[in-house]
Amino acid sequence: MKHIKTLNSRNLKESVKKGGCGECQTSCQSACKTSCTVGNQTCENKK
Amino acid sequence: MIHRYKSNGYNIVLDVVSGCVHSVDDIAYEAIGLYEQDGRIDIEKLRKECPSVTEEEVAEITEEIEELVKNGELFTEDIYEPYLKDIGERKTVVKALCLHIAHDCNLACKYCFAGKGEYNGDAALMSFEVGKKAIDFLVASSGGRRNLEVDFFGGEPLMNFDVVKKIVEYGRSLEEKHDKKFRFTLTTNGILLNDEIIEFVNKEMSNLVLSIDGRREVNDRMRPTRNGKSSYDVILPKFIKAAESRNQTNYYVRGTFTHYNTDFVKDVLHLADLGFEQISVEPVVSPPEESYAITEEDIPAICEGYDELAKEMLAREEEGKGFNFFHYMIDLEGGPCVAKRLSGCGSGTEYLAVTPWGDLYPCHQFVGNEDFLLGNLDEGIKRTDIVADFKLCNVYSKPKCRDCFARFFCSGGCAANAYNFHGSINESYDIGCELQKKRVECALMLEVARDERKALTSM
Repeated sequence: MKHIKTLNSRNLKESVKKGGCGECQTSCQSACKTSCTVGNQTCENKK
Repeated sequence: MIHRYKSNGYNIVLDVVSGCVHSVDDIAYEAIGLYEQDGRIDIEKLRKECPSVTEEEVAEITEEIEELVKNGELFTEDIYEPYLKDIGERKTVVKALCLHIAHDCNLACKYCFAGKGEYNGDAALMSFEVGKKAIDFLVASSGGRRNLEVDFFGGEPLMNFDVVKKIVEYGRSLEEKHDKKFRFTLTTNGILLNDEIIEFVNKEMSNLVLSIDGRREVNDRMRPTRNGKSSYDVILPKFIKAAESRNQTNYYVRGTFTHYNTDFVKDVLHLADLGFEQISVEPVVSPPEESYAITEEDIPAICEGYDELAKEMLAREEEGKGFNFFHYMIDLEGGPCVAKRLSGCGSGTEYLAVTPWGDLYPCHQFVGNEDFLLGNLDEGIKRTDIVADFKLCNVYSKPKCRDCFARFFCSGGCAANAYNFHGSINESYDIGCELQKKRVECALMLEVARDERKALTSM
């Protein structure tokens, strides 16, 4: 595309089909303890 | 729904529901705004912003927009709400525990939500017997989940380090038999940190959180010792050593900023200048009446700070001196699935806090509030009604989240913050929301800028 560049090939909607495996880290265990930062967790099941 | 904004010279369009991030040129930026409003691009309207735009360009952009819409990458309708029923009815398992190893502390931090480590009760240390029961409870409550997380928290957990060691040893002894993998984390203020502990932590802990607020005067103002002296000079050399011994990975130096240092970027950069590569500096959460509480008036300065920080991070990356800022971490290709984003942080369901005497709470922030006492390790969870409330707490149950572009990044924010400010876990903490939105914008900008840099270097 000439005017629009899309950064990510992953579409969140795709992950609806699979459902969640639940193996990912709990948000507050990483560093925050005071602010919810779910979006920066990593999927444990992406491969 | 889209979120369209300019940051650091980039035009960015986030398609909220698909999570797709688009970097667009100036004309497309205006055109997408018109398309959102009118369902088409009116060239006369567009010329008000872009006087030299041609009909050919409008046709090109229209075609690009419509292709993205067709692919579900722009103006995507929210289709997730029907899945909430599944989420509400899902059988949850407990996969993470925050063990309050010590309700006691050797610092006297002024902003401590735990009332100087004692959670507004008496000082107490967790015994190994309670710790062992907690590990057994976690294994028994975790169903088919393999990865289990245990955070040693306080107060100051190193005031009870022998018990930490025994609990780790006990957890490891169960791994093979139950097909579980424990990930231990230790959060410490560093006062008692020594070589022996660092060696143990490096062998056993997948993450280490080191509490320091940044510049000496900032740190010591809020984090004095019990007799009012500096903690900075005591902890800093140990933290540098610990970070190096972990090869600058799998740890965080973690600071809190308050109303007194809305120029917190200087603290982040101070920590980076000291050589730390994993940094998290976060806004204080406190009752609004405290003098150090962040106020609405602080928001513009803090937001400017976030912009400045993002730009400085890019500049340092160019020089090969990059560092990681926890709140700007965002993985557009491998981030969490929708189920995770819809179910929130997991407090009260997947994640519980355990007091030194074995009581269970939805998370560390609720410990000490009897209204949220869920049960205990001997009898299990008795207040299933509270667990049900937490299970249903998500971006669709919070009115303010419904139209927010950041809702799939914060997943509705922190339940404890919402409760502290509004008396309900289904509310939102407004100041926190404003800062969260800014951080998401900065994090996405960083991804756009890095992508551009990659494209330029590969040319």
